Amino acid sequence: MSTAGTFTTHTYNLPIENIDTDQIIPAQFLTTTERVGLGKFCFYNWRYQPNGTPKDEHPLKEFDRDQHSVIVAGTNFGCGSSREHAPWALLDMGVKAVISSRFADIFRNNSLKNGLLPITVSDEVADWLLQHPGVEIEVNIPATKFSVAGLGEIEFPLDSFPAYCLSQGIDQLDFLLRHEKDISAHEQRQPW
Amino acid sequence: MSQTPPTTQRTTLFEKIWHSHLVRDESLASGDGAPAILYIDLHLVHEVTSPQAFTELKQRGLKVRRPDLCLATIDHSTPTTPADANGEYHYITEQAKEQVETLYRNCAEQGLVLHGWDSPHRGIVHVMGPEMGATQPGMTIVCGDSHTATHGAFGALAFGIGTTEVGHVLATQCLLQRKPQTLGIKVEGELNPGVTAKDVILHIIGKIGVDGGTGCVIEYHGSTIRDMDMESRMTLCNMSIECGARAGMVAPDQTTFDYLQGRTMAPAGDNWKKAVSYWRTLQTDEGASFDTLVEVNAAEIEPSVTWGTNPGMVIGIRDRVPNDASAGTQEALQYMQLQGGSEISGQPVNMVFIGSCTNSRISDLRSAASIFAGRKVAAGTRVMIVAGSEATKKQAEAEGLHRIFIDAGAEWREPGCSMCIGMNGDIGQPGDLVVSTSNRNFKGRQGRDVRTILASPLTAAACAVTGHITDPRTLLPESAHSTMEARA
Repeated sequence: MSTAGTFTTHTYNLPIENIDTDQIIPAQFLTTTERVGLGKFCFYNWRYQPNGTPKDEHPLKEFDRDQHSVIVAGTNFGCGSSREHAPWALLDMGVKAVISSRFADIFRNNSLKNGLLPITVSDEVADWLLQHPGVEIEVNIPATKFSVAGLGEIEFPLDSFPAYCLSQGIDQLDFLLRHEKDISAHEQRQPW
Repeated sequence: MSQTPPTTQRTTLFEKIWHSHLVRDESLASGDGAPAILYIDLHLVHEVTSPQAFTELKQRGLKVRRPDLCLATIDHSTPTTPADANGEYHYITEQAKEQVETLYRNCAEQGLVLHGWDSPHRGIVHVMGPEMGATQPGMTIVCGDSHTATHGAFGALAFGIGTTEVGHVLATQCLLQRKPQTLGIKVEGELNPGVTAKDVILHIIGKIGVDGGTGCVIEYHGSTIRDMDMESRMTLCNMSIECGARAGMVAPDQTTFDYLQGRTMAPAGDNWKKAVSYWRTLQTDEGASFDTLVEVNAAEIEPSVTWGTNPGMVIGIRDRVPNDASAGTQEALQYMQLQGGSEISGQPVNMVFIGSCTNSRISDLRSAASIFAGRKVAAGTRVMIVAGSEATKKQAEAEGLHRIFIDAGAEWREPGCSMCIGMNGDIGQPGDLVVSTSNRNFKGRQGRDVRTILASPLTAAACAVTGHITDPRTLLPESAHSTMEARA
């Protein structure tokens, strides 16, 4: 996680279930060989007409990157493909965390490796947030909790391993590279 | 078969593969809280999800640890039109061409085998791997592609990963993974005529929902699965991700071994015998339990299609589309321009796509050809048929299937992912209703405002010749049809 520490922002609601990675970043933008610059294509088909002119009405119309760093979405956010372009695009659009009652596995893994925080909450908390758009939210990553006036302080699960890596000043690839001996030993084994 | 171990040691197929690939177990006690380090036996690579990973290695001054355990191809961004007279391929954009050329450069620099334009094996990564015999029981297999679960059909643990993890595997041949849960899906009984593996998996996703498998590895078992050939098992495992599962698998058996024997990368000679005797141990022990078990009666499965905007929105082809008031249903009906409560049969079809890593293998093409034979594509309907690989295309042409397709008025194109993801420009027109043998019916997946209906090759071919959503059983040879009527 590179999104260390605590930040205060407002939530932006996408009260839609099963938002898939084709919605987050349509396939025609996957021919890039870079990680950067995908924010302008994030939710492209929602935001733009086929000819590239902005739509008048769409679910992200009021989104303002200076105001909203946390998206609250319907359940099963990020389902579909393994494209890491999805968290790259969200981060580039200014999103630091997504709150949902469920995340697709690969999207969650990809997000954690890029500093986009997937916050899993109960159905009740998700429903409350979806009914209260634009609330002020303080996210405290080291304490794995966020607080919202009227809702209170909510703890969320977060794998402790990224925090360990941060404390050691390494990333997950460095951690794997440190186990070279174990990997070599495994390679000596034959299943048959 | 080995003797039944005591209850405490009874393990599932997944657990056997997981444990045999642990370089380091999850270490919650040792203070770092690290996930397990899992060794990867086969890393499949394609042009879309690898460039940033190769860049990462370059920036860190790292080499690919085991180029011999990687297998690369080009499939997503590639045109499905043939090269021109000068041997030039016409890509949708310069960037698409650059992406393919980047993979060529990266593979050359790092010593990976790449099945590019000149290879007789080139194809969709999940069609090519099994066809070459690279996919084998007991392996761990990954690819920067969510449909990697396909390879689980051979009793391998195969799953999709993101680009950062592609970099991890390139550099260390390992991944950091938390152990998933297990979901057993037992399918028992004989499938009705006209019902295929595609209908089985659509039915299952409809039953458990698009997130019914999240956090799980599925093992498909039961008599219906045992009776399936390898290509059917691949179709089944392929769509495991569409119910949220990381992987899907089927225990290897004689059907698996018969498929693999003699393939280019399969073990040979004494190694073949050793391999098979090991592969035979890769079974879920009797008495071992799954975290969750779902049972399905094969006789209840009809030719199935999606009606909405995710692969869990499934009905039998004779059913009516739902009409509940939920936001999800109403929004999907609106996008699909369908009337709630109306029959799906009879909806006019603009386009049919037969292809993708789900359904582009030789048995899929034979199945489609059985409907096209002696018939014509309906006026006003466009049909694209895209074999999964060069080898499949060659086989289909040797059997004369391409003549059946072309004579019917379908397009017979070059292998690749094509219209499943639409990255190469193979897409429908806004508003088109497309019947597709692929795996995802998300909004805009096959082109802006394109409405996708997922179906089997049999159903897709039936829709192509009638021009509307059609129960394929009405076009099957008389014997199969009357058997079905007798049962109904």
